[in-house]
Amino acid sequence: MTSTLFTDHLAAWLVILPLLCAPVMVLLNRSKLVWLLNLVVSASCLIIALHILWDVSTGTVIHYAMGGWTPPWGIEYRIDGLNALVAVIVSAMATACAVYARKSVEQEISVHVHGLFYAAFQLCFLGLLGIALTGDIFNLFVFLEISSLASYALIAMGRNRKALNSAFHYLILGTLGATFFLIGVGLAFAATGTLNMADMALSLQDAANTPLLLTAFALIVVGVALKAAIYPLHLWLPGAYAYAPSVVSVFLAATATKVAIYVLIRCLFSVFEPDYMLDTFLPDILVVLGGVAILYGSLRAIYQEGMKKMLAYSSVAQIGYMVMGIGFLSAAGLTASLLHMFNHALMKGAMFMAVGLFVYRVNTATFDNLKGMGREMPYTFFAMVLAALSLVGVPGTVGFVSKWQLLQAALENRHWGMVMIILLGSLMAAIYVWKLIEVLYFQQPEKLRVQGVSSGSERIGRSPAGMVIALWVMALGCVYFGLDTDLSLHSAQYAVTELLQGRGN
Amino acid sequence: MDDALLLLLTMVLPLLGAIVISRLGRWPNIRELAGVLVAVALFAVVLNLYIDFRLGMTASIVLAEPFDGLPLAFSLNTLGLLFALVASGLWIVTTIYAIGYMRAHHEGHQTRFFAFFAVSIAAVMAISFSDNLFTLFVFYELLTLATYPLVTHSGTPEARRSGRIYLTVLMGSSIGLFLFGLLIVWSLTGSLTFTPEGILKGHIDDVWVAPLYLLFVFGIGKAAVMPMHKWLPAAMVAPTPVSALLHAVAVVKAGVFTLLKVTLFIFGPGLLSDSGAVQWLIWLPVFTILMASLIAMTRDNLKERLAYSTISQLSYIVLGTLLANEAGLFGASLHIVMHAFAKIALFFAAGAILVAAHKTRVSELDGLGVAMPITFGVFMIGALSIIGLPPFGGMWSKWYLAQGTLDFAGPPLAQYVLLGTLMVSSLLNIAYLLEIPFRGFFKKAPADDGHHGGEAPLPCLVGLVLPAAFCVYLFFSPEPFFDLLQAGASSVEVP
Repeated sequence: MTSTLFTDHLAAWLVILPLLCAPVMVLLNRSKLVWLLNLVVSASCLIIALHILWDVSTGTVIHYAMGGWTPPWGIEYRIDGLNALVAVIVSAMATACAVYARKSVEQEISVHVHGLFYAAFQLCFLGLLGIALTGDIFNLFVFLEISSLASYALIAMGRNRKALNSAFHYLILGTLGATFFLIGVGLAFAATGTLNMADMALSLQDAANTPLLLTAFALIVVGVALKAAIYPLHLWLPGAYAYAPSVVSVFLAATATKVAIYVLIRCLFSVFEPDYMLDTFLPDILVVLGGVAILYGSLRAIYQEGMKKMLAYSSVAQIGYMVMGIGFLSAAGLTASLLHMFNHALMKGAMFMAVGLFVYRVNTATFDNLKGMGREMPYTFFAMVLAALSLVGVPGTVGFVSKWQLLQAALENRHWGMVMIILLGSLMAAIYVWKLIEVLYFQQPEKLRVQGVSSGSERIGRSPAGMVIALWVMALGCVYFGLDTDLSLHSAQYAVTELLQGRGN
Repeated sequence: MDDALLLLLTMVLPLLGAIVISRLGRWPNIRELAGVLVAVALFAVVLNLYIDFRLGMTASIVLAEPFDGLPLAFSLNTLGLLFALVASGLWIVTTIYAIGYMRAHHEGHQTRFFAFFAVSIAAVMAISFSDNLFTLFVFYELLTLATYPLVTHSGTPEARRSGRIYLTVLMGSSIGLFLFGLLIVWSLTGSLTFTPEGILKGHIDDVWVAPLYLLFVFGIGKAAVMPMHKWLPAAMVAPTPVSALLHAVAVVKAGVFTLLKVTLFIFGPGLLSDSGAVQWLIWLPVFTILMASLIAMTRDNLKERLAYSTISQLSYIVLGTLLANEAGLFGASLHIVMHAFAKIALFFAAGAILVAAHKTRVSELDGLGVAMPITFGVFMIGALSIIGLPPFGGMWSKWYLAQGTLDFAGPPLAQYVLLGTLMVSSLLNIAYLLEIPFRGFFKKAPADDGHHGGEAPLPCLVGLVLPAAFCVYLFFSPEPFFDLLQAGASSVEVP
């Protein structure tokens, strides 16, 4: 009985498990216990997600009707290769963060809110997973809000008082985005009378009211673009990443924008016909915005004086690569975007983990205070170098794989200008990454650094093993998936084929 | 042993060496012993491969296949073996020399130094045996990264500044141009595997051959064709063993090697000469040869002068490549070997002068030859070999290059100008290289020198004498390399 309860409702467990655990965590509110529960839940979700990815990679699409209500009236979970891939990315990152979190959270968050912190973390995780799995566009909105609200709370827990400001900034812009999205969904509902995405796609084919649909389309795209921090709607991102607690920076940088990009892809290719885009200038706009984002983000990253801000602007640039891939409107371009979602999660996750370790040791991430830290923390530093090289796109790392794929797509469409921009972006990445390495390794520390001072019962003169292990797993992942692309490239290709075939393209 | 395994071992051995060396930091003597042992073992492996290859064996391995049709693959090949033999053989000499140099010069971070040196050699081995341009590109980049800590070894602001130039030029050119060219080739042909006759034929309009080739000439910054040469003088800030092995042999030769590979197996010499691209591309190396020689004459810093000499000599190889005929390509390949032995001798001598007499400028060398006869003698031999006089190995490569210019598929005037360039450049070589031993032996030392030291430490002397001896030896019996190249030439059809 249990086994069927479990296997039949596998997809639902992914969402229910974190949902059930979040209140338990608040009630427990014992730091270590909560951390352990967080780890167990995240890891179980990862296992389930991998299982689902395995299932759908044979070509089946999992349909799961929530509560037994048949779609299109009830909420349907419809899981194909793309959904499963995103779910795997999210849950893998959550697991890595869970391993990483304990010491970092102990240091950065005051002890009486640990339960709340992990509960919010689980809610954010649940929201992102839900977005990845659901086949109902209103349900998607609900999950989007769950994850967003949880992440506002998480960001606000940062120690720096600017965290409050950033969280508020994000709250305003995030709500704007969500509202746009909701109005768009409402208009689409008015035009089609359904909220199920597959059903909506069918009715859209012979819906006559084009102005209404175009408005819905525009609102949805803008709303999601805000969430995905696509240039020029990226303003909330640098502050949010820079002032959030380390663990939250890692998790959000690795997953939140990726999931928003997923929503964009899903809306553009599954819900609306790609013809809608062809009638508008959207593909060109996406390509151009992607290019601008790459240049702008990289340029701003070069001039940052703090490591977190630098990485945040680098994220703006990297999102540009994904957006550009979508704009190419080809299988190769989409594959590149999906691949970069996966790869960027790995490398930016690793980078932020390294930052977290530096913060743990010296309490700040500005370059002035980090001078020479690489020599004091060689293990952290070398793992960071691996991730940094992937950010540049050095061959043999994940960054190269996705850039290569994107360059192929650009060449296929004869976008010579974009080829130049991608290569230029790599060069600019090399500049800011090297600036970072120089600060960390070659510059002499200016002021005396107090080492080995006890804070409570723990010495902070050493890097905690859990944090270093999580960092190294991610960093080695950057190299492993750069050489063996079986999992990442092939599941991305597979997801794209499904995405395009599903629409009869 | 299985040849595929041996092939893998050429890359794994230095890497393992690097790990072992990095763990032995506390026992410098054992660390150095390990370094020499790894170098000798590597040379033995490469020699073994060479013998097997001459017996007609082939070997190939695929490490990984990140993209369909683009594996990280390695295989035995003529040019690669030539390059690997030279690099691994000279690594032994350099290691011995470096032991003396680093200790006498009181350099810090020696463990890091030897470890990254080994990593660089691993990258060089991977470059030599690359089976396709993609693999070559991957390890070309890795070589840049692995040598960066060696360039900035001293950690001074000047070293950091030079390191920045080094990275900017090498990575900028390789990502901006080389990778771009590689992508175009891939999108045109759907293949990057090195194939005799080249893969581009029939896929590209004649008009576009020269522009595409330009992407490679400039994109392969390690070949130091002007104006992509700035990194090499900058890299001279590194300790002398690095300048000697990496920036006179391994790294720069990796550049010309790559260019040679691209010419022979991606473009194909036939396509290059039929499309007429060579008619004006050839003037790029000509310009570099003359310009670099002229600049070298103005440089007072000994290592910098040698660096400009290297730039000029590298363009000999590029010139030979672009001649796109049998003698030219043969001479170019041979020059990789001959120049390696001669230039490493010159650098070792410069390092010995620095260690023993603390002199870096040419103008300070007056009369020093009396105190350091071996060092200056070796410098003399290296210089003569580079000039191309008998009885030194450098003569052979210049001989074939000169022959190549006369066979050049262009108007007779161009042939004579090319030949003239080689001759003029030899004269310039005499002017700026022989000045140094002349000053050392024939000029009077300034009275208040205060320096009465003798030769450099013994390991340095051993390192000095060996390459010089080879310069002579290779004049009398260049057969091993001749035969290897001729065996290779039969597989490469040259018009």
